[in-house]
Amino acid sequence: MQDPSTGPLAAQATSSFTEHLQRSRPELLPFSQSLPAGTVPASPHATTIVALTYAGGVLMAGDRRATMGNVIASRHIEKVFPADEFSVLGIAGTAGLAIDITRLFQVELEHYEKIEGTLLSLVGKANRLGAMIRGNLPMAMQGMAVVPLFAGFDNVSGIGRLFSYDVTGGRYEEQEHHSVGSGSVFARGALKKLWKPNLSEDDAVAVAVEALYDAADDDSATGGPDPVRQLWPVIYTVNRAGNRRVPDRELAAISGAIVESRAVAGREA
Amino acid sequence: MTQQFYVSPEQLMKDRADFARKGIARGRSVVVMSCAEGIALIAENPSPSLHKIGEIYDKIAFAAVGKYNEFESLRQAGVRYADVRGYSYDREDVTARGLASVYAQSLGAVFTAEQKPFEVELAVAEVGLTQQQDHLYRLTFDGSIADENGFVVMGGLADQITDAVRSAWEPELSLAGAMRLALRSLATDKEAEALAATAVETAVLYRSSESHLGSRRAFRRLLPEDMNRLLTEEA
Repeated sequence: MQDPSTGPLAAQATSSFTEHLQRSRPELLPFSQSLPAGTVPASPHATTIVALTYAGGVLMAGDRRATMGNVIASRHIEKVFPADEFSVLGIAGTAGLAIDITRLFQVELEHYEKIEGTLLSLVGKANRLGAMIRGNLPMAMQGMAVVPLFAGFDNVSGIGRLFSYDVTGGRYEEQEHHSVGSGSVFARGALKKLWKPNLSEDDAVAVAVEALYDAADDDSATGGPDPVRQLWPVIYTVNRAGNRRVPDRELAAISGAIVESRAVAGREA
Repeated sequence: MTQQFYVSPEQLMKDRADFARKGIARGRSVVVMSCAEGIALIAENPSPSLHKIGEIYDKIAFAAVGKYNEFESLRQAGVRYADVRGYSYDREDVTARGLASVYAQSLGAVFTAEQKPFEVELAVAEVGLTQQQDHLYRLTFDGSIADENGFVVMGGLADQITDAVRSAWEPELSLAGAMRLALRSLATDKEAEALAATAVETAVLYRSSESHLGSRRAFRRLLPEDMNRLLTEEA
């Protein structure tokens, strides 16, 4: 612990956990190392994330697959996380870095809340995440990019909002729905057809599962629902009451219904 | 050339201790109490924004009396310590014992080495799964640390309030009962029988926060309206 009596207090006074680490423990930051020249060995990559707004909130869903080249690195990975009570984030890209950046972001929000005694605004949170992704730019240039998707409930305007990022940390607010990762093109196509204004929460969950199903259908790096291992996407909804993880038995029923309806239709996708 | 007068170490330490004690004795008191639902923290504090009680980590809270600027910087340092530790190891590895010993070292170093000691007294509370696993530590201005059983009282009238709490405290106390006891005890030097809910700052570390609040974070502030509801529901 820093001795609070030494040094000018103003220099220590930061509400940002990342800034505190940069000053006192830079080796703990996921993106502080400077890498030597050369190529990074193959490492697991996280794939598709979809997010969409619905009446009174926003939800985010991720499949359960991580790939390393042509190999499936994990069937169980979770890529959507609650950031704090009123926001969630999903990650695509280099899994090892992305999971650490997520952890850092969660601590960052909680740290601010504890030091300041109040929550950051939703846009403030989105900007902090952008700064972290920009901090990761040197790693991205070595091929280890992390691309998050951020969604939260804005208590001021009373709606769910969505933010996407590029590797340079650029932050863009998205309308209606968005998707990142290798299967995002296919998921986005599905969302364009399935998403409607003012979806109910249950319908929105079904739309997200179906969009991921379509992504898994055409992208080998995205995992579909797995009834053998009982693996379903990870979905978090966020509304005025906070975030909630959709339980597996609901997802099993929805996934089952989608597979069944497609089988009955008997069409080539 | 002027020569400094010799002051014996005993005298020096005594002067510093007296100075710190005087500063603390001017302040209003704080009660931290273990009860059936968790740990209740109650501070006599008319300000709704300058807190004497704060959240440190999932199961750990902080309460202080004395000079605001000094204990606030200690609280922030504690949050930084806990967050760095939880981030670099795991959330489970942050304990009240570790935090209290770091506080003790900081307070001790300032007491002996700095111009003036901190005029603060701190309590670090950690709620456990059962009441036997609760931890309450009291830290004084010179870095002494004490592991307290059941409750901690700090501040100007600590002795009187301790007597009042001790006469009625029992482990089976409910949260509402603990709050009522604390409000009564804090009013020992006043006309009124108990303090009003608006005159205190209150918070709770809930024992079963995962099921009760749906969150690892056990700390919740109680607003005056929450307090009034709590006090009337089982009266």
